[in-house]
Amino acid sequence: MEFGPHLMLASLEGAVIASVLVLTSMGLSIVFGVMRVVNVAHGEFYMLGAVLAWYVTSLLGGHPAVGFVAALVVAPLLVGLIAALSDRVILKHLKYDADRTIVATIGLLYIIQQTTLMTFGPDARPVEPPFNHRLALPWFEFGEGGFAMYWPWGLSTTSYKLFVIAAAAVVLVALWLLITRTKIGLIMRATQQDSETAQAFGIPVGRVYSMVFGLGAALAALGAVLVVPIQQAHYLMGADPLLLSFIVVIIGGLGSLPGTVVAALLIGMSDGIISVFFSPTLAKILATFLVAMVLVWRPQGLFGRSAT
Amino acid sequence: MTVRRKSATLHLSVLAALVALFFILPPYHSGNLSRIMVLAIYAMGFNILFGYTGLLSLGHAMFFAAGMYGFGLSINLGGAPLPVAFLIGMASATALAAVTGFLALRTTGVAFMIVTLMFAQTAYLVVLYFGSYTRGDEGFVIQSAERMIFGIDLTTEGARYVTALLLFSACFLALARVIGSPFGRTLVAIRENEERARMLGYDTGVHKLKAMILSGLISGIAGAAYAMLFGYVGATFATVQYSIFPLLWVLLGGAGTTIGPLLGVFFMFYLIDFSSSVTTAYMLVAGVVLVLLTMFAPQGLMGEMRKRVFPWLP
Repeated sequence: MEFGPHLMLASLEGAVIASVLVLTSMGLSIVFGVMRVVNVAHGEFYMLGAVLAWYVTSLLGGHPAVGFVAALVVAPLLVGLIAALSDRVILKHLKYDADRTIVATIGLLYIIQQTTLMTFGPDARPVEPPFNHRLALPWFEFGEGGFAMYWPWGLSTTSYKLFVIAAAAVVLVALWLLITRTKIGLIMRATQQDSETAQAFGIPVGRVYSMVFGLGAALAALGAVLVVPIQQAHYLMGADPLLLSFIVVIIGGLGSLPGTVVAALLIGMSDGIISVFFSPTLAKILATFLVAMVLVWRPQGLFGRSAT
Repeated sequence: MTVRRKSATLHLSVLAALVALFFILPPYHSGNLSRIMVLAIYAMGFNILFGYTGLLSLGHAMFFAAGMYGFGLSINLGGAPLPVAFLIGMASATALAAVTGFLALRTTGVAFMIVTLMFAQTAYLVVLYFGSYTRGDEGFVIQSAERMIFGIDLTTEGARYVTALLLFSACFLALARVIGSPFGRTLVAIRENEERARMLGYDTGVHKLKAMILSGLISGIAGAAYAMLFGYVGATFATVQYSIFPLLWVLLGGAGTTIGPLLGVFFMFYLIDFSSSVTTAYMLVAGVVLVLLTMFAPQGLMGEMRKRVFPWLP
């Protein structure tokens, strides 16, 4: 393949990665923004979403679409409930102290991961996509007879990948509407700005926290359900999304939601493109190191305002 | 007895108990105990920063690994004699700690944890990237013939135990001394209230950097000692898991106590040893202990002891 079509293929892959990444890092960002809690177990909620999707689809059987739609509803809901429960039991007990919640969520990470290992097992298991048509893509070239369109061999995508991109966009818009246009969003924003004043005005801050923690985890699970027909469900799959979401949230500015979206698109796209053209390990080394340096020199993130 | 006397007695009796245990315990357990002592050195290194200075690093595996690879690579690739290799291991951990400290200490709180985590992740990936030298995840073995010092074969059970005990005692007593010194007291002051320590005229930045370097050096000694005594160097020791372990040990034993790290490693080692004979998901135990500790006993074993029984515990 020539460079042009190759780049287009890479950016399509990047767009799929980016759209899943937007969902997971929005989850992390909302939790940090409202509760000031760094959730290290976020990657495991993602993994749990994928594993539950496998359980739901293999339980229901029948046409893959039936199972997939069910998983799309059930998995985020269950993961959200588990997260809300762990907020109630563990984080609330710690009074949301920044250092201690990090340690506790590290513990939660191992509990979720190892419980999955004990029940789901160490194998990677596939989930069948609800539909999967191969779509060949055209490429334009300026030849002797003006613009010519041709179909390079290997330049193709699947309908499912396009669906992932569209679905992520829809979820993102819904989330934006939830935060800016509904009462729940108003309460969330009030709690984010000043939880004590919110409490004084009769907002049940404790319940808002549980809901936000559940919502964050559900977003991660939703991203995982979308990606699981492309990847496979595995008990260790949470590590990479966790690191990438961390990077996104930091670059985007801690707690800034628009920044998170921009950073997720930027990093997802470049991750997809870089790993097609360069050694993935080297790309990861550079990315991780650069993000650490960003934090060192600009702790508020690239798009964040001043440090709090 | 004065407090100073009491703590000296405590430290010496811990060491005496370790000497006695070698003669009492069957070989399997004394083998375990030498591993525990080496890991306890690592935990003590972590404790300097976390327990006494109040800085939570989530990237200490990079210092452990720096000591380990500095030692292992200079023997296997450079053909250095063992004591020189050990010094190289110590030097690489110290240098890495100095650079990391210089950069990461610009941040505080959550940002510090994430920056150290990411530096450690970078270090881990670098180990994988240079897989042709480091053999990546698979790791490499240091031949028994290389593990000789002054004609003593370190692969025998007795020599290994004695070496581990000597290194442990040296670090243990040195750190107990540092903690009691004005420098150590200043670190505690920084942990309790950095703003006030600065107001009193202490240069907290320099103190934190020194604590970081000391902590990295001790962790590096543990890494080099691990490679020297057990003959294996691998990328596993640079993973996030090995940054979490010292946190777990120190929290369990009691952060900011001198003998807490040893106790934490001891209990955790046998807990994991026991649970891995039951299930492959032995890290589940680590997770549960971590959550329970943060919820119910953030002071750890020795911290609770200090709070309830022995207020003088160093």
